[in-house]
Amino acid sequence: MPILEGRGVTRYFGGLAAVSDVDFQVEQGEVLGLIGPNGAGKTTLFNLISAALSPRSGSITFRGKEITDLKPYQICRMGLARTFQTVKIFGNMSVLDNVLLGAFFGGEGRIASADAAEAAASALEFVGLAEAAAIPARDLTLANQKRLEVARALATRPELLLLDEMMEGLNPTEVNRAMGLVKMIQDKGITVVMIEHVMKAIMSVCGRIMVLHHGAKIAEGTPQEVSTNRTVIEVYFGERADASDS
Amino acid sequence: MKKTTSKRMFTFGLVLLILVLAACAPLYAPVYTVILLTSILMYMTIAVSWALFSGPTGYISLASAAFFGAGIYTSAILGKALPLPLVIVVGALASFCLALLVGALTLRLKGIYFVMFTFGLVELLLHFILWWEVTICGTTGRVVPPAGNATVFYAMLIILVILVLTVFIIRRSRYGLALFSIGENEEAAAHAGVHVTVLKIIIFAVSALFMGAAGAAMATRWTYIDPRIAFNPLISFMPVLMAIFGGIRPLYGPIIGAAIFTYLEEFLITRFPYYYMLIFGIIMVVAILYMPDGLVGLIQRLWKGISGRKHADT
Ligand SMILES: Nc1ncnc2c1ncn2[C@@H]1O[C@H](COP(=O)(O)OP(=O)(O)O)[C@@H](O)[C@H]1O
Ligand SMILES: [Mg+2]
Repeated sequence: MPILEGRGVTRYFGGLAAVSDVDFQVEQGEVLGLIGPNGAGKTTLFNLISAALSPRSGSITFRGKEITDLKPYQICRMGLARTFQTVKIFGNMSVLDNVLLGAFFGGEGRIASADAAEAAASALEFVGLAEAAAIPARDLTLANQKRLEVARALATRPELLLLDEMMEGLNPTEVNRAMGLVKMIQDKGITVVMIEHVMKAIMSVCGRIMVLHHGAKIAEGTPQEVSTNRTVIEVYFGERADASDS
Repeated sequence: MKKTTSKRMFTFGLVLLILVLAACAPLYAPVYTVILLTSILMYMTIAVSWALFSGPTGYISLASAAFFGAGIYTSAILGKALPLPLVIVVGALASFCLALLVGALTLRLKGIYFVMFTFGLVELLLHFILWWEVTICGTTGRVVPPAGNATVFYAMLIILVILVLTVFIIRRSRYGLALFSIGENEEAAAHAGVHVTVLKIIIFAVSALFMGAAGAAMATRWTYIDPRIAFNPLISFMPVLMAIFGGIRPLYGPIIGAAIFTYLEEFLITRFPYYYMLIFGIIMVVAILYMPDGLVGLIQRLWKGISGRKHADT
């Protein structure tokens, strides 16, 4: 049984079908890449899964349970955490407090303070931000702010993690570190769905890739299959070549 | 480590000393002073309650007068039938319930819409009670059984102490952290597992609870009240100004702001009865321009400047 499954997931903005009749399955333990040109509906799909938005039609199940009508906090507590494309950190709170919040509220049931502190510290350690624990989150570099979002999500003890363009805006060294982090997350046994534009990262980290275009799923398969798929090459890589000039 | 414990002991001692001095005020101070101190305690209570919710979350509520007024009216209705402590408790609960209802309706609103709605609530309640008194009771206004100056003073002092302890506990708890995270980024807080709506409504209601208690206690000082006295819009604006003036973030910011403002108001009203609002406004503008973190922030900055690097905590 897939850990996350969507059937006929659809969402409109006015007349625009941002996500249109998309079916997907995510298997336990895998790293699934979600790619597609800008405006393809990738972030919208994450918003639908995490209940930031509700779908017009279709259903989403997580670990066999229907989650379509739940609230964001409930989905997080069930073990499905996410990060944001445009970072949403608590800038005036310390790095540690950012992560503590996830530890206190993101898990199932009430956690003891000592356990939360331990979970937060180990999440910070895991992403390599232990030294920065005391400084205000807004003082971190973009790369570290993205790591902080990952740490906050990990502190909620998720089984599945949605990463929205974690490598966008990072330099090559930072991208390499971020790739390493994704692999470490997978090694912990956490399933990952990642939206990414950095092809090198997608190809080396993801076991499987799903391609969205104009809100519809146009291809799915191993990196090998997807990168040789004719439709994908036409719509996706074609547009990417144009987009990368701007 | 040792430095922070000794600092904490010092603060604790200082607070205790002020508290004892204040508690004995009715024994040695003239009546006028006791009445002024009671006003100060009242504004401190409203300002601290306001800052409990609006400080960390950034939802600027102008409903304080509604919750204070609900307390006043409870006192006016039940004052003859029940002893003062019970009246205060009922007034507090009435405001708490009102805030639960209002919070459930309005806390989905953001920014200026929330501000306007909360202020509208004051007018709404005022006119509702006015209508109710005129059409159902046939008379407007009512007589409140008076309590002694010292009694009201002690009632307010106890309310303030309980409030400060409550705020202290909430702020240090995980819910204090969650409140701040809502102010920083509500969406991220929700996706990190915080039940944002329920937390906002409950803390909003707790802050209203203390405003209602203050209203119920203070009502006994007016002897006669009507809706326009009970739902005075100034009660909505003053705590906001006091908290901003003193500093919203630290717990003692609104306390200091309320003390200075109430005294200043008293002073200006007696000296410059026609211009006092104008002078007040100028002080406020200057405060906002030059003290972004309030008086407390300004003093902290000056202190750091004087004592130099070696004392600066990092
Ligand atoms: N909140 C919103 N309101 C209106 N339109 C939106 C909203 N969010 C996304 N869209 C539109 O939906 C489409 C898909 O957007 P998005 O999911 O962000 O794409 P991607 O993440 O793949 O770049 C875009 O055309 C975008 O303009
Ligand atoms: Mg996107």
